[in-house]
Amino acid sequence: MVTSMKEPPLKVRPVYRNIHVTQLASYRLPPAGWVSILHRISGALMFLLLPFAIWMFDASLTSEVSFDQFRSLFAAGAWGLPGWLWKLVAFALMWGYLMHFCAGLRHLWMDATHAVGLEFGRNSALAAIGLSTLLTLVLGAKLFGLI
Amino acid sequence: MASTYGSKRLVVGAHYGLRDWLSQRFTALIMAIFTVAVLTQLLIGGPIDYYKWSAIFARQWMKVLTFVVIVSLLWHVWVGMRDIWMDYVKSMGVRLGLQVLTIAWLVGCAGWAVQVLWRL
Repeated sequence: MVTSMKEPPLKVRPVYRNIHVTQLASYRLPPAGWVSILHRISGALMFLLLPFAIWMFDASLTSEVSFDQFRSLFAAGAWGLPGWLWKLVAFALMWGYLMHFCAGLRHLWMDATHAVGLEFGRNSALAAIGLSTLLTLVLGAKLFGLI
Repeated sequence: MASTYGSKRLVVGAHYGLRDWLSQRFTALIMAIFTVAVLTQLLIGGPIDYYKWSAIFARQWMKVLTFVVIVSLLWHVWVGMRDIWMDYVKSMGVRLGLQVLTIAWLVGCAGWAVQVLWRL
């Protein structure tokens, strides 16, 4: 009865909830978080650009005439848009593919080897972002005729 | 064995999620192999022109592999896009509408790709 246990003062801990759109700019994500959201964004981007990819598949393969049309899209432009803009669309598609590919390989590796450690998660995330960015820059430079 | 249909169906542990997760992994693997197969054939040998490019897809085994990739892509993207709609779209009606549009979009794209492939 006499034992009046004093309640230890409650430490104010940060509360994490689903973040709101307005908090996106100030929310600091770890590298693995960045790969996660970029994986999703690149996937959605490729979903939207699917007809463009299939048009390229179609035009580049069907005949020599259509192959020339495929090439002229990026040189002379088409459908009222200049060539450089189409190159930019192709560049976006390229980034999407490379980002998704690298992040996907990371996923497959983690699933296959049960690599779930904090350290590997961080390093492989940085590797996925680094490698996909590097490949995008190199192939992008090639696309725009810089190299 | 627990029933997977009807009013007495088991709503958890029916491996719905596992099937989608696993199919997304294996379709990804198929597409990665395809990527390597195309790049290898494109980069070895002479300069890249129309003849080299079209010859790659003229081979029967490449046609079959490409067809498998188109179906894999369809399946893979369906799982991914459905995940996106389920995560961000709360309204059931809107979500259903978007899912139907996604299926229509994907089936249309896959049909076009198959047409391109088999008329070569």
